[in-house]
Amino acid sequence: MGNWKFLCFGAYFGIVLTKAQVISAYKIRAMFLFREPDLYLIIGSAVAVGALSVFLIKRFHPSTVSGEPLTIQGKALNKGTLIGGFLFGLGWFITGTCPGPIYAQIGSGEFFAFFTLAGALLGAWLFALLKPKLPE
Amino acid sequence: MQDAIFQPWPWYVSGPLIGLVVPMLLLFGGRSLGISSSFRHICAAVLPKSGLAYLRDYDWKASAWNLFFVAGLVLGGAIATFLLSSHPAPLLPPSVHSVPGTLRLLGGGVLIGFGTRYAAGCTSGHSIMGLSNLQKASLVATLAFFAGGLSAALLFKVAGWEL
Repeated sequence: MGNWKFLCFGAYFGIVLTKAQVISAYKIRAMFLFREPDLYLIIGSAVAVGALSVFLIKRFHPSTVSGEPLTIQGKALNKGTLIGGFLFGLGWFITGTCPGPIYAQIGSGEFFAFFTLAGALLGAWLFALLKPKLPE
Repeated sequence: MQDAIFQPWPWYVSGPLIGLVVPMLLLFGGRSLGISSSFRHICAAVLPKSGLAYLRDYDWKASAWNLFFVAGLVLGGAIATFLLSSHPAPLLPPSVHSVPGTLRLLGGGVLIGFGTRYAAGCTSGHSIMGLSNLQKASLVATLAFFAGGLSAALLFKVAGWEL
């Protein structure tokens, strides 16, 4: 099984993101322009279910089904969280797409999303290039 | 009921189903949800001889799961669009089918790749996974995402730019 199960989990995630219309640039813009509450409700209810799950897992089952110990690694708060987050937000509105939906758009036959993906890879490479010079 | 599956799913169905991917990955895979790390992964895999520490010091073979996961996302998008939708709606506006439009996707993509790596996460890793784990950094990141998105929306509106 190994890594192949992640293909299935990814397919599940892709199906629900697509059926939620989170991968539609029209919906993302409607969210940022406050035309529709849908996406706020989707994110809110997703986090509610996710938070309840994490709470229950930590409380009752802090291991994977195969018995391996489970640790959830936290993320550091630094200047990058704020600056990088803001820059991503700009790109999110401009393209109408965030990382997960880029891949789901490609699967949906929206091949112009390859431009967004190419840009994102270039952006990640630029980050690798500039990282030593950026404030932490 | 059967008809409802082929329509867009309402938020109270799709939102919780999105949230369920968090325990799914934790319990069955021992992994935390995240997508934007795949950009680093692909860069490191494509440029194995890169001297840049951020790519060189990344063990992409040990993290191969995230490539399988994003391949699954492509597959899932195809299944949902071609097998589970009666009338698939367009996802990107027709304006992207032009040189300025593709440049906008490319430039916006650079901001996405650079920003998510600098912030160490995106909507999945911070706003869903990180908030579910009640992480302070993820709350700050999520607020920054929306600050950026709303600023861009305001700028485009004030300037009268079409998208």
